[in-house]
Amino acid sequence: MAVEKSSATVAATPGVPLVLTAGEVDRTAGHWGAVWKGLKRNRPAMTGLYIVLLLFAIAAGADFLANNKPYYMVYQGRSYFPLFRSGLVRFGLGKWQPELLNMDFKTVAAERKMFPPVPRLGSDIDLTVPFEPPSAQHWLGTDKLGRDVTAGLIHGSRISLSIGFVAVGIALVVGVALGALAGYFGSWVDLAVSRLFEVMLTLPTFFLLIAIAAMFPPSIFLTMAIIGLTGWVGIARFTRGEFLKIRNLDYVTAAVALGVSTRKIMFRHILPNALAPILVSVVLGVASAILLESSLSFLGIGVPADTVTWGSILNEARSATFAWWLAVFPGAAIFITVLAYYLVGEGLREALDPRLRGSR
Amino acid sequence: MSRTQNSKLKTQNSAIVEVRGLKKYFPVFSGLFTQRVVGWVKAVDDVSFSIRRGETLGLVGESGCGKTTTGRCILQLERVTEGEILFEGQDLTRLGDAELRLLRRHMQIVFQDPYSSLNPRMTIGQIIGEPIWVHRLLRDRGECRDRVEELLTLVGLNPLMAQRYPHELSGGQRQRVGIARALALEARFVVCDEPVSALDVSIQAQIINLLEELQGRFSLTYLFIAHDLSVVRHISDRIVVMYLGRVAEIADRVELYESPLHPYTQALLSAVPVPDPAVEAQRERVVLKGEVPSPMNPPSGCVFHPRCPIAVEECGQIVPQLREIRPDHWVACSRV
Repeated sequence: MAVEKSSATVAATPGVPLVLTAGEVDRTAGHWGAVWKGLKRNRPAMTGLYIVLLLFAIAAGADFLANNKPYYMVYQGRSYFPLFRSGLVRFGLGKWQPELLNMDFKTVAAERKMFPPVPRLGSDIDLTVPFEPPSAQHWLGTDKLGRDVTAGLIHGSRISLSIGFVAVGIALVVGVALGALAGYFGSWVDLAVSRLFEVMLTLPTFFLLIAIAAMFPPSIFLTMAIIGLTGWVGIARFTRGEFLKIRNLDYVTAAVALGVSTRKIMFRHILPNALAPILVSVVLGVASAILLESSLSFLGIGVPADTVTWGSILNEARSATFAWWLAVFPGAAIFITVLAYYLVGEGLREALDPRLRGSR
Repeated sequence: MSRTQNSKLKTQNSAIVEVRGLKKYFPVFSGLFTQRVVGWVKAVDDVSFSIRRGETLGLVGESGCGKTTTGRCILQLERVTEGEILFEGQDLTRLGDAELRLLRRHMQIVFQDPYSSLNPRMTIGQIIGEPIWVHRLLRDRGECRDRVEELLTLVGLNPLMAQRYPHELSGGQRQRVGIARALALEARFVVCDEPVSALDVSIQAQIINLLEELQGRFSLTYLFIAHDLSVVRHISDRIVVMYLGRVAEIADRVELYESPLHPYTQALLSAVPVPDPAVEAQRERVVLKGEVPSPMNPPSGCVFHPRCPIAVEECGQIVPQLREIRPDHWVACSRV
């Protein structure tokens, strides 16, 4: 970087060709190529990215990591693949073999059984082992119903990650759109949208969720939508502020003078320069969405009661303070997720800004 | 070089831009719950002048006198309160957005601050290439890249700069990029809004020379807004002097500097130091009393009368109109 910079500051006088150093023409990959390069150089951000990818892989492969059905089983001389068949059955593509119907795979006397690493589902109740501390059987312990925490965390990652992702995705779209409109157009649009912000701020999200949960059957999608539709105000206010500031800068005026369309000015000239505070609030939004879901799980609303999520495990720790594993492991999972998102967000912010890109 | 060409063009005496009775008032709001308009800042108040094809019209005045607002109104970057802006005979104030966008090709602006006038997230190539894409002048990426490189060479930058970001350039280089962007659409008329006042003196000269060179090459017309009188003297053909949103005097460059008629112009010119200590020590300076009044509440009659050394009573009542005292020398003062 230092080499490039010094060559850039050589004054260009008309007619005198500039000698540029070799590292110059390296920027052929385009904008996103440069962003990716900047991100790759940022070690914490890449760590965060790998963690996020790992979490998504766990969430995607949850059924194969923790399940009460074996991958492969030899029963009375015949081979079966119960785990894969259960997948087919779920999507209506196949049927259970009659002999396997209602079979308890754990206790059945089969010649060979090959279970996933965690041989149970997060929702499998085993009342013989309530509040078992971490052991070889149950790596991260069990809760009061004997449900395995390891399996619960693996399956819960689906809900926690998708709640964080989808809810904040909704909030991002709504927030950026409304904030951009208010900030760019000003006058009565700003007046109207700003009043809407204030109305939204006075709405207590939590009680709104409770009220809606009382009216509709518990559903994870509804929970995501409500968290998203009530959580956009912070993002919108940041966006509005940045747009108000940036629309008066000369390069925006220049774009107007050049005849660039309003939409392009908003999304190509202003939004990229307004990203930094938006990204930060998005990352924090993911964290608070995961935590909000856990509070809802505590009350038994939002997500169906028998679904195990990170939040629901965490909340069980409240009534069983001696069972430290119920608090520590889901807490750590939320912490790591939020930290990973934060690192990626921070790295993205740096990589998107050409002024900061070379600093690492 | 530009001047010889100008004299040829001037004989046609065709105005490329005509400003007629331009007014731009900014509302002042007050009130906690209900935003009421409690007053107007009269940034530009009844300004008329014309810019001839191929000339450089200097627009001078102190900070806050409405020079920049006038420039922005001409380009329709501000909504005009009243008045007409004729660009090649077409009244810009009456055009719709789409028609205006098409006309924007022909009139461009170069900004004062080279740091805020370039989008920090775009490469130089994208900044200069954007107008070409927006107006679909070229539809092929390769051709567009060639054109950007041509423009960079034209303003004295290395074509490889297209790959760079604004923060990697010096102030002078950025200003060259700003000029290249203005030229990308082959504009005929360019508003230069204090294009050199943020630069070092040595770089100022380079930029001024570049502007003059480009003017000669592409027969550009400039509206050159500045507060540095020596720069304006160097580059302008004619000069408009503004005070508190109004035109005080319009004259040919030589005429204005040698025999200024308006008392404000006289005071303004006497503030320019002479680079000769002997002359400077003897020189008589006109020092104005008081401060510039607020444009929210300008003085009645001639806006300059409270500070004017030759004002009489009637100056506070009658608004002086621009009069042609000598051929092509217009003054707004009833005492001249």
